[in-house]
Amino acid sequence: MEKILEVNNLQVSFDTYAGEVKAVRGVSFHLNKGETLAIVGESGSGKSVTSKSLMKLIPNPPGRIVNGEILFEGKDLVHYSEKQMQKIRGSEISMIFQDPMTSLNPTMTIGKQIMESIIKHQNVSKTEARRKGIELLEMVGIPQAENRFSSYPHQFSGGMRQRVVIAMAISCNPKILIADEPTTALDVTIQAQILELLKDLQKKMGTSIIFITHDLGVVANIADRVAVMYAGKIVEIGKVDEIFYHPEHPYTWGLLGAMPNLNEDAGELITIPGSPPDLLNPPLGDAFADRNRYAMKIDYQMEPPMFKVSDTHYASTWLLHEKSPKIMLPDVLKKHRQTAPRGKQNEHLAKRKEQREKLLEIKNLKQYFTSGTNLIKAVDGIDFDIYKGETFGLVGESGCGKSTTGRTIIRLYHATDGEILYNNVNIHNKKSSLDTQKLNQKIQMIFQDPYSSLNPRQTVADIIAEGMDIHGLSINRKERLEKVYDLLETVGLNREHANRYPHEFSGGQRQRIGIARALAVDPEFIIADEPISALDVSIQAQVVNLLKRLQKEKGLTYLFIAHDLSMVKYISDRIGVMYKGRIVELAESNELYQNPLHPYTKSLLSAIPLPDPETEKTRKRIKFDEKLIWNDEGEEPVLREVKPEHWVSCTEQEYNDFKNYFDVI
Amino acid sequence: MMIPNNKEITDDLFQPAESEKSREVILRPNITYWQEVWKRFRKNKAAFVGLILIAIILALAIFGPYVNQHGYDEQDLTRANLPPKIPVLEHVSWLGLNGMDIQGVDRYEENGISENFWFGTDNLGRDLWTRVWEGTRISLYIAFLAAIIDLIIGVAYGGISAYYGGKVDNIMQRIVEILVGIPSLIVIILLILVLQPGIISITLAMVITGWVGMARIVRGQILKLKEQEYVLASRTLGAKDRRLIWKHLIPNSMGPIIITTMFTIPTAIFTEAFLSFIGLGLQPPIASLGTLINDGYKLLRIYPHMLAFSSIIISMVMISFNLIGDGLRDALDPKMRK
Repeated sequence: MEKILEVNNLQVSFDTYAGEVKAVRGVSFHLNKGETLAIVGESGSGKSVTSKSLMKLIPNPPGRIVNGEILFEGKDLVHYSEKQMQKIRGSEISMIFQDPMTSLNPTMTIGKQIMESIIKHQNVSKTEARRKGIELLEMVGIPQAENRFSSYPHQFSGGMRQRVVIAMAISCNPKILIADEPTTALDVTIQAQILELLKDLQKKMGTSIIFITHDLGVVANIADRVAVMYAGKIVEIGKVDEIFYHPEHPYTWGLLGAMPNLNEDAGELITIPGSPPDLLNPPLGDAFADRNRYAMKIDYQMEPPMFKVSDTHYASTWLLHEKSPKIMLPDVLKKHRQTAPRGKQNEHLAKRKEQREKLLEIKNLKQYFTSGTNLIKAVDGIDFDIYKGETFGLVGESGCGKSTTGRTIIRLYHATDGEILYNNVNIHNKKSSLDTQKLNQKIQMIFQDPYSSLNPRQTVADIIAEGMDIHGLSINRKERLEKVYDLLETVGLNREHANRYPHEFSGGQRQRIGIARALAVDPEFIIADEPISALDVSIQAQVVNLLKRLQKEKGLTYLFIAHDLSMVKYISDRIGVMYKGRIVELAESNELYQNPLHPYTKSLLSAIPLPDPETEKTRKRIKFDEKLIWNDEGEEPVLREVKPEHWVSCTEQEYNDFKNYFDVI
Repeated sequence: MMIPNNKEITDDLFQPAESEKSREVILRPNITYWQEVWKRFRKNKAAFVGLILIAIILALAIFGPYVNQHGYDEQDLTRANLPPKIPVLEHVSWLGLNGMDIQGVDRYEENGISENFWFGTDNLGRDLWTRVWEGTRISLYIAFLAAIIDLIIGVAYGGISAYYGGKVDNIMQRIVEILVGIPSLIVIILLILVLQPGIISITLAMVITGWVGMARIVRGQILKLKEQEYVLASRTLGAKDRRLIWKHLIPNSMGPIIITTMFTIPTAIFTEAFLSFIGLGLQPPIASLGTLINDGYKLLRIYPHMLAFSSIIISMVMISFNLIGDGLRDALDPKMRK
């Protein structure tokens, strides 16, 4: 295969007031013609910096390429001047950014933006550029391209915008396309569409793609080869099958183990303890040593070289040295490939069914918002129950009303209509402040964004103790502090952290503080509003394991709101699928995943990328036809129980069909 | 396989490492928030210099007039228009503190005055040292009063408007817009016509229009902050309005509030000077930095000392407040903690 790009010992540093941050510390890889190389890693591992430095888009100062070479078709881009690079950018190498909301200029029509680069690089007339622009829009699947050509970015949805961005990126037939987390900001169904589009374009145009992501499911779906980055270095690189089925580096093990697999049942997720090292003072030896449970003395003294596993597979860990003890792949990882015995789980479920009681009942809940003259039906009549001690998962794409539901339950919004019964008492009818106080103590919430959910001007102790202060749960200062220490240790932090401020913590640690704050008032019911979506995979696993452990220890009930279906499946007992303010399907989590009935659920499930290249290659995505959803005409579909504990939103006719279907079985 | 040769690879290197409990050791001493603020503030050299300057000026404004026996309104035409003369410093010729006027004539010798007037005298023979510090005192007094009242009204108004939102916000903002629409000069002139010109009426006049800026800034901040998840989190914990406002919203608006206040002070000093300048401000013989500058500029070409001292002090006051404001904003922000 022909190499189109070769990177040798690339080092990139940022000069900050605190000193030199070595973001990329000697990265070498190559890219073949027409292949897709995925670069995975946690945030801060240097994957974005690497990709940006390929195009020399690192802001300088503070960033600079310290050393190394970037050979693009044999020419070293490191020594190119800004003028020369401008010719390369867009026409030879182009880039797709993460957030389609900010990567388009809101004051220019998308047509103009596309034409801009065509005219610049290809020297064609305006009419020619326009024709080409429309062609491109058609190619990336924008309907009525001719009409939409003079639309502004805000008139497109997120997925459509990303398509426009892709159209711009491929407008000059670049040889390399760098995609920096292009689907992270999108819903799974849209993500699947974009991935398909990229694969399709690659087939047509023979472009090489460097795909940067933290989602191993996406990697399994799109990549030919994978490079795993950690602390500014590539720790393992190889073909996608090699990385997924024969990983050699303990970090890769951790990443794979931290992803729950849809196809099997829940054990504890593998976590990678700790957090990534500080690149201001990178540790001596292997940067991963501190988090590696197989660490050897040599890991703390010498950096491991790249060991060759096969012709295409290299890994940088001392475990591969001939003198090292042979360590097998952790058992848990192997289990990933087998199907776990199902009996135990079912038994577990059956046991619970007998003794369960309703904790929360939601009846025909409606939450409308008015903005100007518009009426937005965020939640449009939903019903469900949550039983004591269970985890109820609520999934759906962004804007489907799942977060609004959570916030209405905790009375951040006042419900437009409907009832919320908590322990058989309607919580929206509470009059006396004492009752409300009590209720506030029983229902708690964990928020999505660990960066905005903690007051930056309070110490961790004050943040955690806030609930206790409000409810007068602690008598004196000493007792208050003791409780804070207890909670910190419960969520896996140190008591020394109590006197610090939130900005001194990483995302995962902040989320733990948020959990500790919710726990401080001894709640019974916790609403977790996308508590892990802003975190890295390995950190997600830490938080999910913590939530599970707390549930077991304290007998908590969770409402788990998320868009990441694999995590929801992992943690939930029952799952409700929301679409446009309504619940379209509700069932036990295994039942829902094995037997989805509603077309929307089907499409949602088929769109989740799985961290398993074999299945990804053969899987067919089911498209959801929006016309199938009720549009105020004909019979209104309602949630009906088609099978014990399995509810689907359907019409009378469909209901009978489902019934017949199950009777046949 | 490339293996670095700089070190021998021995078998024992492949023993499992003792799991070093990498529990973070916190070396930071347990100090309170305000101690920390003070520490951070001191580190900011410019702000610290500003603080010292303000302290000196304040001390002089309070005690300066008592250094000699002259009153601020004590006239004596025999000693009119004397240039400054300070013992010891008079020997440094380029400072111009040797009692010589523009023509190089020693006015003290000519008029037969043995006493030294450190800042000279004005055209009515009043001692400028006394007048300058008396004026600084009054200017600072007006400025502080205006700034504090602005702060209180502005924060309360903006806070209420943003926090309760909806109709309340709508009505309150329309009122603000009307106030902004009327030129403040007209409001002030009308007010001073009704009341007698004096310290209180000037302060009142400035406050009536001055708080609008603060109210708008606070409103913007709180509108932004009240949707933050930590505020929601506090509400889900059952926090009452008062807690939300005082523990979450106000502390996080502190940066802009401090900066705005620190800008209000020099602005107030200037407004007062301006009002005095157009004759609506303090009436003679009361001195303020504004009236002194007003008096001094007329004779600038002949007696530059009359303008020099008051302008230097007004500049120093303004620069110092800006520096302090900057330092204070950073010092109060725990995110600056290293």
